[in-house]
Amino acid sequence: MGIIRILAPYLTLIRPNLGQNHKLIMARRLYASRTIGVDKNVWVEFTQLAADYKAVNLGQGFPDFSPPQFVQDAFCKAVSGGPQMHQYTRAFGHPRLVKSLAKFFSRIVGQEIDPFEDVLVTVGAYQALFCAFQALIDDGDEVIIVEPFFDCYQPMVLMAGGTAVYVPLRPKGGSTVLSSGDWVLSAEELASKITPRTKAIVINTPNNPLGKVYKVEELQMIADLCIKHDLLCFSDEVYEWLTYDGAKHIKIASLPGMWERTITVGSAGKTFSATGWKVGWAISSGKLIKHMKIIHQNSVYHCATAAQEAVSHGFDREYELFGTPESYFQQLPAMLHQKRQKVASCLRSVGLQPVMPEGGYFMITDISSVHVDLNDESTKNESYDFRFVKWLIKEKGLATIPVSAFFSPEHSKEFDKYIRFCFVKEDSTLEAAEEILRKWSQKE
Amino acid sequence: MSCTRRILNAVRFTCRSSPTSCRRFCASQPVMASRHAHARRIEGLDKNVWVAFTSVAADPSIVNLGQGFPDIPPPSYVKEALAKAVSVDRMNQYTRGFGHPSLVKALSQVYGKVYGRQVDPLKEILVTVGGYGSLFSTMQGLVDEGDEVIIVEPFFDCYVPMVRMAGAKPVLIPLRPKSGKKTVSSGDWFLDPDELSAKFSSKTKAIIINTPNNPIGKVFTRGELQVIADLCIKHDTLCFSDEVYEWLVFKGHQHVKIATLPGMWDRTITIGSAGKTFSVTGWKLGWSIGPEHLIKHLQTVMQNTLYTCPTPLQEAVAQGLLLNYKLMGQPDCYFSSLAEELEGKRDRLAAILQEAGMTPVIPEGGYFMLVDVTPLNQDLSHMGDDEAYDYKFVKWMIKEKKLAAIPVTAFVGEESKEQFEKYIRLCFIKEDSTLEAAGNILKNWRKV
Repeated sequence: MGIIRILAPYLTLIRPNLGQNHKLIMARRLYASRTIGVDKNVWVEFTQLAADYKAVNLGQGFPDFSPPQFVQDAFCKAVSGGPQMHQYTRAFGHPRLVKSLAKFFSRIVGQEIDPFEDVLVTVGAYQALFCAFQALIDDGDEVIIVEPFFDCYQPMVLMAGGTAVYVPLRPKGGSTVLSSGDWVLSAEELASKITPRTKAIVINTPNNPLGKVYKVEELQMIADLCIKHDLLCFSDEVYEWLTYDGAKHIKIASLPGMWERTITVGSAGKTFSATGWKVGWAISSGKLIKHMKIIHQNSVYHCATAAQEAVSHGFDREYELFGTPESYFQQLPAMLHQKRQKVASCLRSVGLQPVMPEGGYFMITDISSVHVDLNDESTKNESYDFRFVKWLIKEKGLATIPVSAFFSPEHSKEFDKYIRFCFVKEDSTLEAAEEILRKWSQKE
Repeated sequence: MSCTRRILNAVRFTCRSSPTSCRRFCASQPVMASRHAHARRIEGLDKNVWVAFTSVAADPSIVNLGQGFPDIPPPSYVKEALAKAVSVDRMNQYTRGFGHPSLVKALSQVYGKVYGRQVDPLKEILVTVGGYGSLFSTMQGLVDEGDEVIIVEPFFDCYVPMVRMAGAKPVLIPLRPKSGKKTVSSGDWFLDPDELSAKFSSKTKAIIINTPNNPIGKVFTRGELQVIADLCIKHDTLCFSDEVYEWLVFKGHQHVKIATLPGMWDRTITIGSAGKTFSVTGWKLGWSIGPEHLIKHLQTVMQNTLYTCPTPLQEAVAQGLLLNYKLMGQPDCYFSSLAEELEGKRDRLAAILQEAGMTPVIPEGGYFMLVDVTPLNQDLSHMGDDEAYDYKFVKWMIKEKKLAAIPVTAFVGEESKEQFEKYIRLCFIKEDSTLEAAGNILKNWRKV
């Protein structure tokens, strides 16, 4: 990486000869150095492949069923609302939405959240993460990322000039690992990674791709280190409502001493099964939010008004129905619980070993017991799971995501025998996948 | 990392492990850098004219000719297209990161016609969160620390902070009024070619132009763009052309795309906006169009910042573009009918200002009109000396006269403030009733 950056000023771009004269566009390099090393993206590659082969898609994490009627109705209502629904709203978040979010989450966190100071609405949780890294991570800062991690954290750290330091969740030693709860962080290993340059730690609970839901003692261990070493904590909680088997989602920001140093990121897309709306938020102490606001006002400035209005109505409804059977936050995890069971039994029936997720959209599966001839020259130099996933798309028409994409280069070799399934799909999609796996296992 | 920071970090670490020595040491240190210190890239970027003025003007009793958004309704077919999109399951989930397929195809068609060349929908277009998002992706993708970027004053205010956030240096050059004459049109303001030429250096990475210009409303002529293009080619720089108001050009003037001048396609990013095109600023969709070897770097930024734009909104914009593509060149095409409607409002506002004894700068394009408020002779000495006259004037006018505008020095650098501090910017894409209300306030200015 360092060598590329040093050589970069000497790279030139010559426009390809299209039958016209060669022209030199810029003797200096065109692109900014912050884009070096962050151009590859697993989603761009695999969604294209799934589309090309028309695969049954259990890969990318989005529902193939609709959002609940009440939010769709709220969006339509907003669209036919007054002219102001189609014009700019408040830059840091539509007033109605930040008030709904503050009211809703104050009750959960047990902390009075100021809608105008402590909340920033963003274009999806993705942009909230971007604002956090850009606002608070500087050249030379180290950021600890717990693996497996949602892949965007690493390039975002890099783009902010920071250095990513990885600490993996590891399956508890001993017998077969059956649940995401069996994957744990070593307190010693985590502590050993902290240096004078460490600025922040990034956690994701429920975790993508593993599905781990951190227990209060695990979060307390992390919190203790954050307080001892005066670190920030970026807590990605987009799947916060999706917990199963009685697992409880806990907000690290609600632990003593953590509110003022934690940025909690949430997503309307995952909350209301409307990933295409791209409405997210960051909630934190105003002292941190104010820095993120500066990034926001100099990058996108506003988010779409009507979508924010609709999400606001969604949260108001859920505030009233919270804890009751009519609440979408009860109904969605109940529905996904079933789908999770369905996919897990299907995988077991063909001899695969799923790791049962305590939360989230995904399930990882150990594929080391499967023996296939991955006879594909084009993938020769890639890791096993990447090759396997591509083979599965091309030969069996089933799309998944290779799990080593969620690990750092230094640890990916240890975890290249897992693939990730998304089970937030219509039953018909899951049945089609089941059919493919059944046929495949019968041939063997 | 700077030496100072390294030392501070090391000291902090030792401090934590030995409390007594820390207390002694800390007492002798005047200020310990906060552990939650923000990144340097945001330093000095916190002020923002919109954050300052929009909340004040949101009071419904204020006649708002400030922030640039229409209070006229968008065309009904785009609203219908949005409602329709939301009712389709798939349209509520993630779409292609660099732009929803039906939208990039529609853009490719419309702009293929406008540019007179094939525009590849997948490689030469990026859909972004508004024109703003395109500017950001362009700066982050193509501008590096140590680069210089030339900006024409007055400029849409975000250009300078975005250049600075990219670690580069803004180099400003003002549009100047024709000497002597009182300026009555945005066409009376121009760039001095020698002055412009002198601004280019070996460090110049790009020049940003905005045509039609916000706030003046100048529509750069082909000749003027040629001067800029010649300099870009001579000095081998890029050109970022903000053309969000491209359809809003008034009679007698023509919008020219600098990317269509010889040698310019390969070095230009052109920015457009659904918000300004369809009067839906709250949809926040825009696009960058350019050659693959530039667009790909903007795409890299996109995939590492927000990944994808909202799907149903993109689908609705695609429908709106396709409908108007078929009507291009005809009077009921929204691209031309909006300009016509706006021209009437422009003339109405100009008349209102002239009746009030002022001489507005009649814009050749865009949403805005500048006016020199000197003839109103407003004494603001009670407001202190720490702000430019136009800031004080606008704040006073909002409070005392319930009329909102935007101070023009928000759009210029320090050195040009004096040249522009008697101007305010008024937005005229408003209902006739709003313009008339503004007229009444100005008519009754002297009355207490």
